[in-house]
Amino acid sequence: MSSAAGRREEATSIEGMTYLESVPRRVVTLYLPLGVFLFVLLFPFYWMVMTSIKPNAELLSREGNPFWVAGPTLEHFRHLIFETDYPQWMWNTVIVSVVSTFTSLLASVLAAYAIERLRFRGSRQVGLAIFLAYLVPPSILFIPLAAIVFKLGIFDTRWALILTYPTFLIPFCTWLLMGYFRTIPFELEECALIDGATRWQILVKIILPLAVPGLISAGIFAFTLSWNEFIYALTFISSSEVKTVPIAVVTELVEGDVYHWGPLMAGALLGSLPVAVMYSFFVEYYVSGMTGAVKE
Amino acid sequence: MNTKLLNNRHFLGLLFMLPAGALLVVFLTYPLGLGTWLGFTDTKIGRAGHWIGLENFDVLIHDGVAQLSLFNTLFYTIVASVLKFALGLWLALLLNRNLPFKSFFRAVVLLPFIVPTALSAIAFWWIYDAQFSVVSWALVKMGLIHRYIDFLGDPWNARLATVAANVWRGVPFVAICLLAGLQTIPPSLYEAAALDGASPWQRFRHVTLPLLTPIIAVVMTFSVLFTFTDFQLIYVLTRGGPLNATHLMATLSFQRAIPGGNLGEGAALATLMIPFLLAAILFSYFGLQRRRWQQGTRD
Repeated sequence: MSSAAGRREEATSIEGMTYLESVPRRVVTLYLPLGVFLFVLLFPFYWMVMTSIKPNAELLSREGNPFWVAGPTLEHFRHLIFETDYPQWMWNTVIVSVVSTFTSLLASVLAAYAIERLRFRGSRQVGLAIFLAYLVPPSILFIPLAAIVFKLGIFDTRWALILTYPTFLIPFCTWLLMGYFRTIPFELEECALIDGATRWQILVKIILPLAVPGLISAGIFAFTLSWNEFIYALTFISSSEVKTVPIAVVTELVEGDVYHWGPLMAGALLGSLPVAVMYSFFVEYYVSGMTGAVKE
Repeated sequence: MNTKLLNNRHFLGLLFMLPAGALLVVFLTYPLGLGTWLGFTDTKIGRAGHWIGLENFDVLIHDGVAQLSLFNTLFYTIVASVLKFALGLWLALLLNRNLPFKSFFRAVVLLPFIVPTALSAIAFWWIYDAQFSVVSWALVKMGLIHRYIDFLGDPWNARLATVAANVWRGVPFVAICLLAGLQTIPPSLYEAAALDGASPWQRFRHVTLPLLTPIIAVVMTFSVLFTFTDFQLIYVLTRGGPLNATHLMATLSFQRAIPGGNLGEGAALATLMIPFLLAAILFSYFGLQRRRWQQGTRD
């Protein structure tokens, strides 16, 4: 967001040089490749939508044009919502994502403030450790975590996910928030300290209101990450009624060798919708969260 | 006394670190150690294991499927990362040009990255269907092929198909991160180069690329890490088949540990991934170092 001015300046300067380019050249070097990119990147979504509203007869016939639908139907969505546990899976995903996101945000705000501003003894090492923790992939943790989850007696419950998701959310959020806190001037804190504010008051009344964009970025990103999580949910959950959407669609809607493509696509579409809607409202925050985490 | 302690930054710092620290120690550091230890035991699901030294590793090194999974992982990571880098950089350069509806395009491009991978993989599963693949349909109609392609049934087709799906998901991430890097390059440099008579290629080669190198290093390290440890795409598309041709180390370790019940062997396989990850992280570290040195800031 701070680079908005820079971006505008650059836009005008690039515009200044575009008159050197002929229109056909611009079409070949810019619009054509961009069009191909957009087509390839968006086609699977178009295909999901088409498949989810096609009646079965049309899905399993090679006649006609598969890119279009002759008799659209909402039958697959009806089946999904009224004849499967889909609403329950959705609810599980919402609960797990929201609770783990807020827990992680809370822990991360405190941790980031401590590392970046309190600068306690060893804070630099802790900061580095947080960065390294961010790089530990879930695929090497799920086996020992399964053993721990089992020992704690929370296997096959939502708690298994709520407690393990922060392992990848906290490092990410802390790292991101550290970057945001760094941009808040020290002088504000010093003034408050002189006026007799405690550290807690400074954090709640000065730092947090100024870090709202950072909090939104971290929150949105964390929510998306937990919504999309797969391997932990697959390993720690076995009962249908506690499954999250990504797992349930893959494991519950596939019955034997006959794939019900309609309901599968409808399920995939509905499961992607919440993150897509949230993303569309907060694109800027999401992008700055993603690129900020890489740039720091 | 109490308020004095609460205003001591060292004490308060540790207090503030407590929630995050406790969660990370219990659910990250401890499992990391436990996982390595499990790799040296014969633990099965529902049965505590005993120390068996390097036996798991010895078995895995002579196990044809494990060897194949290492090959697949390297193939998958290298091919997908190179493609993601080339296509991502190209897309970033396109988006960085003067375009109408630029922010709209940028938002749309990122969609494949934000939707759950497991769910978009299902769409790919259907696109790759042996009988009803829309890609085969289009190619047949264009007269390019005569029989439907068996995307996921043939070992090499399946490898390339999974790589393609991974690239589809990863390109937006690389492109948007590199775009953010491109936007920090001052336009005056391009103007100066243009005035000195640099061609567009020379401007890219001698202005864009050197300034972008640090961020490329970091972005590609993340991309390599994600790709190397990928699980869900393979699990949904092929479950490692056909004939284990697409088994990655992560999927094979899941296969051995959870449905197979052999926690020790699965953990050993996961542990074998760590050296590769460390190599990638060291690479990232030196990338960061170079960036700091270039910017002339301390540490």
